[in-house]
Amino acid sequence: MIIPLQHILIFSLLLFATGLYGVLVRRNIIGILISIELMLNAANLNLIAFSKSTSLAPETGQIFAIFVIAIAATAAAVGLAIVLALYRVRKTVYTDEVNLLKW
Amino acid sequence: MGIIESLRYFVPELILLGGAFLVFGTDLFVRNKKTVGELSLLILIVAACFCQMPAQPLKLFYDMFHLDAFAHFFRYFALIAVTLTLLISYSYKPLKGPYEGEFYGLFLFMAFALILVAGANNLLMIFLSVEFVSMISYLLVGFLKKDARSKEAAIKYLLFGSVASAIMLYGMSLLYGASGSLALPAVGNALFFAPFKSLAHIAVLFFFVGLGFKISMAPFHMWAPDVYEGAPTPVTAFLTVAPKALGFAVFMRVLSVVFMPSRAHWSVLLTALSILTMTLGNITALSQNNIKRFLAYSSIAQAGYILMGMAVFSNLGRQGVLVYLLAYLFTNLGAFAVVTLIGEQTGSDDLAAYAGLSERSPVTAAFLTVFLLSLAGIPPLAGFIGKYYVFAAAIQGKFITLTVVAAVNSVVAAYYYFRIVRLMYLTSASGPALPPAPRPLAIALGLMFAGVLLLGLFPGLFLSLIWR
Repeated sequence: MIIPLQHILIFSLLLFATGLYGVLVRRNIIGILISIELMLNAANLNLIAFSKSTSLAPETGQIFAIFVIAIAATAAAVGLAIVLALYRVRKTVYTDEVNLLKW
Repeated sequence: MGIIESLRYFVPELILLGGAFLVFGTDLFVRNKKTVGELSLLILIVAACFCQMPAQPLKLFYDMFHLDAFAHFFRYFALIAVTLTLLISYSYKPLKGPYEGEFYGLFLFMAFALILVAGANNLLMIFLSVEFVSMISYLLVGFLKKDARSKEAAIKYLLFGSVASAIMLYGMSLLYGASGSLALPAVGNALFFAPFKSLAHIAVLFFFVGLGFKISMAPFHMWAPDVYEGAPTPVTAFLTVAPKALGFAVFMRVLSVVFMPSRAHWSVLLTALSILTMTLGNITALSQNNIKRFLAYSSIAQAGYILMGMAVFSNLGRQGVLVYLLAYLFTNLGAFAVVTLIGEQTGSDDLAAYAGLSERSPVTAAFLTVFLLSLAGIPPLAGFIGKYYVFAAAIQGKFITLTVVAAVNSVVAAYYYFRIVRLMYLTSASGPALPPAPRPLAIALGLMFAGVLLLGLFPGLFLSLIWR
């Protein structure tokens, strides 16, 4: 069975919106990082779906998706390192408690 | 051009990349971190010596990296910015410790990444290089291990930055769907045709978020003051200049290659955002009491002026952006070099520390005055030449509202820059005389002072370089 492109695009849009919603409402920094991963994966899904439907070189989209997965991994590595370092000095991972710098 | 053939034209970048690994390697064995810093400086200078202007635009690595006069200009730009930042950071005490060597190594990677951004001619390459720059920026901002503010700045930068680039990535995936290709010229060609016109309008918005974040454009500027205040001062100096300038570079390339047909649409939006950026930056800068925060808002306002050139996007507008960025490089780095020095010597970044600076350290006060006047756009300094060109472009393109708002904003800006000058010269000193600047910092200050004066007095020298 072939899933039509539109269905995948709608799904990826929903995934993207879920991620964006998570970024906006989550207090926990880890939660925000995971929501960002959702957004990246929505883009990945788009890339793969389009690479299936395009007539031109389909492999470029798939390669892009692999690079995005790698970048997501580095982002998680850097992100979690910074969260850990923050936790060591501030003893919190909640965004509303990280409030030394303001207007 | 294939991979092996391309390497011949990629020598400076290879030197930087190899040099960065070399620096990380020597850092393991060398106890004296000063040597590591000097080694990095040497690598940067060698790389700069190998930079060659290509006779015609070269499509390196199967047109992933487009080496043209534009990329060449930003290649020097990145190298100069990193070199000056290293000179500023040699004497920065909070950095001293076992990790000092890594700091220099990261800056070499940063130089490499910035050059990649300047030449990226493929959606994949743009995403990778922009992410590369962002990752290193996050690490550099959070570099001070015990400093809670530095960590907080890093986490804010990380969260804002990752969301912005995720949104840009989604836009890129839509563009790929429309054109079936990742190469910018191919994407541009596909968007030219009717069914994808509306997609182009949407995709450009996604790019506005991702790249607007990098250049601290108005709705996406929230991170800037916090990050600039919390980061180690030399890193702040660097972040306000180099990643921002390269953000403008890639923004210009994307707009001119991909989105040129829908220019009438985004030009209006950019005009509005430019007005919003400069007004917000200037008005908030008025009430700041911390010099780093003050300069952060001023740099947001400066981004607004540079956006004028982008909104017009005529030939003159694009050249104006380059001239402005060059002027801004020397001026803003210079101002932050002074802030680093005073912060080191008085232990405070509050504006109060600058009261009566002319008595405590006349030379430093004079330098800061010159840089602030240049930021305000007073002739015969570099900032004036930059402003002159973007204003000229706006008037030529009949963007009259934009010009008027920018002129009013410049007056507001002049008020708060002069406020600092007044503080330094007309209030009485609150402490003893300060010792002279350490040698590397003094050299950097001298170089940037010379840059500001030369660009202001003999703009022809630099303009002939840019015009090509």
